[in-house]
Amino acid sequence: MSAPPAMSEPLLDVRGLQKFFPITKGFLQRTVGHVRAVDGVDFTVNEGETLGLVGESGCGKTTASRCILRAVDPTGGEILYRTRAGKVVDLATLSSSELLPLRTEIQMIFQDPFGSLNPRMTLLDNVGEPLLVNGIGNRRERTDRVAELLRLVGLRPEFMHRFPHAFSGGQRQRIAIARALATNPRLVVADEPVSALDVSIQAQVLNLLLELQSRLKLTFLFVAHDLSVVRHISDRIAVMYVGQLVELAPTAEIFGQPQHPYTAALMRAVPVADPRVRTADGILGGEVPSPAAPPSGCYFHPRCRHAVARCRVEAPELREIAPGHFTRCHLAGEVTF
Amino acid sequence: MTSDQTPLLSVRDLKVSFTLDEGLVRAVDGTSFDVMPGQVLGVVGESGCGKSVTMRAILQLVERPGRITGGEIRFRRRDGGEPVDLARLSPRGAEMRDIRGGEIALIPQEPMAAFSPVHTVGDQIVEAIQLHSHRWEAGGRKLSRRDARDITVGLFRDVGISMPEQRVDAFSWQLSGGLRQRAMIAMALSCKPSLLIADEPTTAIDVTTQAQVLALLRDLQAKYNTAIIFITHDLGVIAQMASYVVVMYLGRVMEEGPVDEIFHAPKHPYTKALLRSIPSLYGETRVALPVISGALPHPFNRPPGCPFHPRCPDVMERCSAAVPSLQPVAPNQLASCFLYHDQADAG
Amino acid sequence: MTTAIAGKEAEDRVAVASNWRLVWWRFRRHHLAMASAGLLIFLYLIVLVPDFFSTQNPEQTDARQAFIPVQMVHLFDDGGVSPWVPAIVGKRHPVTLRMEWTVDPKKKVRVRFFAPGYSYRVLGMFETNLHLVVPADPSMRIFLLGSDRLGRDQWSRIMHGTQTSMTVGLVAVILSVVLGVVLGGLSGYVGGKTDQVIQRVIELLQSVPTIPIWLALSAALPRDWTPTQVFFAITVILSLVGWTTLGREVRGRFLALREEDFVLAARLAGCSRMRIILRHMVPTFTSHIIATSSLAIPVMIINETSLSFLGLGIRPPAISWGVLLQEAQNIQTLALAPWLLTPGLVVIVSVLAFNLVGDGLRDAADPYSN
Repeated sequence: MSAPPAMSEPLLDVRGLQKFFPITKGFLQRTVGHVRAVDGVDFTVNEGETLGLVGESGCGKTTASRCILRAVDPTGGEILYRTRAGKVVDLATLSSSELLPLRTEIQMIFQDPFGSLNPRMTLLDNVGEPLLVNGIGNRRERTDRVAELLRLVGLRPEFMHRFPHAFSGGQRQRIAIARALATNPRLVVADEPVSALDVSIQAQVLNLLLELQSRLKLTFLFVAHDLSVVRHISDRIAVMYVGQLVELAPTAEIFGQPQHPYTAALMRAVPVADPRVRTADGILGGEVPSPAAPPSGCYFHPRCRHAVARCRVEAPELREIAPGHFTRCHLAGEVTF
Repeated sequence: MTSDQTPLLSVRDLKVSFTLDEGLVRAVDGTSFDVMPGQVLGVVGESGCGKSVTMRAILQLVERPGRITGGEIRFRRRDGGEPVDLARLSPRGAEMRDIRGGEIALIPQEPMAAFSPVHTVGDQIVEAIQLHSHRWEAGGRKLSRRDARDITVGLFRDVGISMPEQRVDAFSWQLSGGLRQRAMIAMALSCKPSLLIADEPTTAIDVTTQAQVLALLRDLQAKYNTAIIFITHDLGVIAQMASYVVVMYLGRVMEEGPVDEIFHAPKHPYTKALLRSIPSLYGETRVALPVISGALPHPFNRPPGCPFHPRCPDVMERCSAAVPSLQPVAPNQLASCFLYHDQADAG
Repeated sequence: MTTAIAGKEAEDRVAVASNWRLVWWRFRRHHLAMASAGLLIFLYLIVLVPDFFSTQNPEQTDARQAFIPVQMVHLFDDGGVSPWVPAIVGKRHPVTLRMEWTVDPKKKVRVRFFAPGYSYRVLGMFETNLHLVVPADPSMRIFLLGSDRLGRDQWSRIMHGTQTSMTVGLVAVILSVVLGVVLGGLSGYVGGKTDQVIQRVIELLQSVPTIPIWLALSAALPRDWTPTQVFFAITVILSLVGWTTLGREVRGRFLALREEDFVLAARLAGCSRMRIILRHMVPTFTSHIIATSSLAIPVMIINETSLSFLGLGIRPPAISWGVLLQEAQNIQTLALAPWLLTPGLVVIVSVLAFNLVGDGLRDAADPYSN
């Protein structure tokens, strides 16, 4: 619909993000190595846009998003966030007390609508909790706000005294969205928000997210593995492979001319919902390497059909090959993938 | 189906109910379809549509408090002769055990749970091959361990597992998700089944691995001409894999027909709405998708009449009063909808 | 974009039902557990006012009335309601010269329900003399479960023993729950070094055989302590040894819950650590703790009974089931007065009831499991 606001300072600027998990061994819990779950992720998110973060399981997309939320503490890198007050802070190094006021600005939507709501609390308490713990409004005002939020996500406010067990998966996801929006956040990290839902419910929730974004001027970091869903909702898309960002570009461009062989293979692998279009050609062979022992050079070279000698020894850097189009490939621009 | 072939499997008006404290759940409520020899039948539906329960009923694996309460599951055995009604066989009887695993094999969604973690994958397949020796050896002689192991290595090679001689001695937890699913397919093929039931075989694995497994299944199907029932909620996978499609909703078949007709000329409002609501790789982005309004009803709370009528855009007065039966609506297509006929199901 | 839920009344009732109500609905279906719960409520009534249920002072001795047999209460006489117990007649054995008592159903001793008897204090607060059943003639003594070698009324003594034994069980379990939740919670939530230390302590406590520990600890109690002091000391000893299982369980729950999405959601909402623990984590496993504790009470009761039976727990003149069973240690006494074994029966029944209730609770505790 609308192009991202150009040339403005980004809302979120992630630079060289790293998260290593130690591998321990033996009785003394000696560290013998590291799983490089996130190792070199750079991207920006502009205000009001949706950045899609895609990759297969174990690629580090979820860990990266949780670093931004500081649900896990990053090992290295910067997470520069422009606050509502206009100040730029590094989320990676803030203490938990310094983070507290920013919690209202950055919120999260989870994958599993059955696990993300406290089953022992009513909708009022679940949705109203962010307001309560941040000292927003008195009891009456909070109740009014919860009613407003429920209406906003398409649920009847009368439901607020019910418990989550009374709702279906799609409805629970709406409740979780209402809770995420309670404190008027600016950035919402959505971690696979529709992948646990039924096909006929996915579209409802996607539409709701789009509608809320334009109404409330929200910025989304949308983490998912389903390319058609990510393509549908994102302005720009970032692709991750074995902890690294391998390509980042506007949606139409990345689908039109992918500049990384992994992105291209990922797109070819999606089964098309049309029996007249056969998706047999160019299936990616091999397996995703372990982030504990990644291959030398370019992490993708053992599976890449374009790989040359250089790819085996020299790790490519993320570079901008066209305005706003970044790729981590030596051959980008020379070969069509 | 217009083909004059006799079906390999013929499900007629199958009903499966679960008696729970909260009430009776009719998980499968009058489902009928045929599987032809060598055909890939796709069964598509959302959660609670009864697709998995139907498959469990075919294998006689419905667990308490579930029970097959009606209908027939006629299966034509390899020895020729009259089809047997699997619904009447004892779940633990010798004949059902021989058919299950011997002539009908299952590829489950989670292969991790299907392999025992304390035996090597190879040992488990070798055991299955020895149990079904007569399928490999004409004389009915029991295969030796060595011969069965050779067959296993061959199967591993067939399903595209590299270094099969080493991999047969691996434990399931040592294999990656993709390899494990390949090993599961090898296990399913070990008894040379005439029908393979694949229950969401690629839901738990990644998209590039899924592409590999789907390609493998397609190749194996072409090579052995095994009939496959392919269950999934993913319309893309169905479009790529199936030749004939059955669309289920709340325990009933809404529509069935050849894959091209289902995707390009759907008749039932549910099929139409479902196809419209999925984001594609080619459509316009960041616009509202056409949706199916409302939520899937709770299983205790089945709507009367056509199960889809509360969410149907073309609902008529009759839809809440009677259950439409599955009738021909086009040369190769059947649908349960009063828009096309006025045949109702009794009861 | 409105999503309507079919508004059925039954469904609404479930929709607004809190966790506790769902647990209750599930527990209610468990008939055996419900009956056991009724029995336990009755036993705890006895704990509150044992004297009301007694027919006479449990300490009242009369050597001449030793080993009196059971006098059953009969409700009807002469076609009308007129409760009575058969009288007892004594005869001296010509050879052993011992008094031998038998019941004589022809002679009737009238009894009355809810009538005044000896006076006692209810929970130390007010004085009353109301009893469930007493002889119509206050100078008579009746022995509903016979008498022991000192002529004390077994029935009244069981009532008082119930008070002690059931209280020890309950208090010991409450103490171990507190210990288990606090230490297990610390272990699970804080982790690291704290976790290591607490886990090692639990392993140590679990590896030492319990009977010798009790023996050592109770042997260390000063002999000049009053029965009340001993009573509390025994309770503390039982819980010090008994908290470990619960501590492990609580730790496991904390570890699992830390990974739950709704706990992360609460953290991201800005909840404090205390609020996350108290509002989100603890309520999630309270029902489990209650179920586990109700299964731990009978173990405590058995432990107390065994200790007292061995003469190392509660000591006379305090009365507990174990103390009463001590009287039945002698085979000769048993042959002469089998009713002295009745405290054992009470132990079995109450332990069974606790186990059944605990099982029912455990099944009902997680209404979200399916």
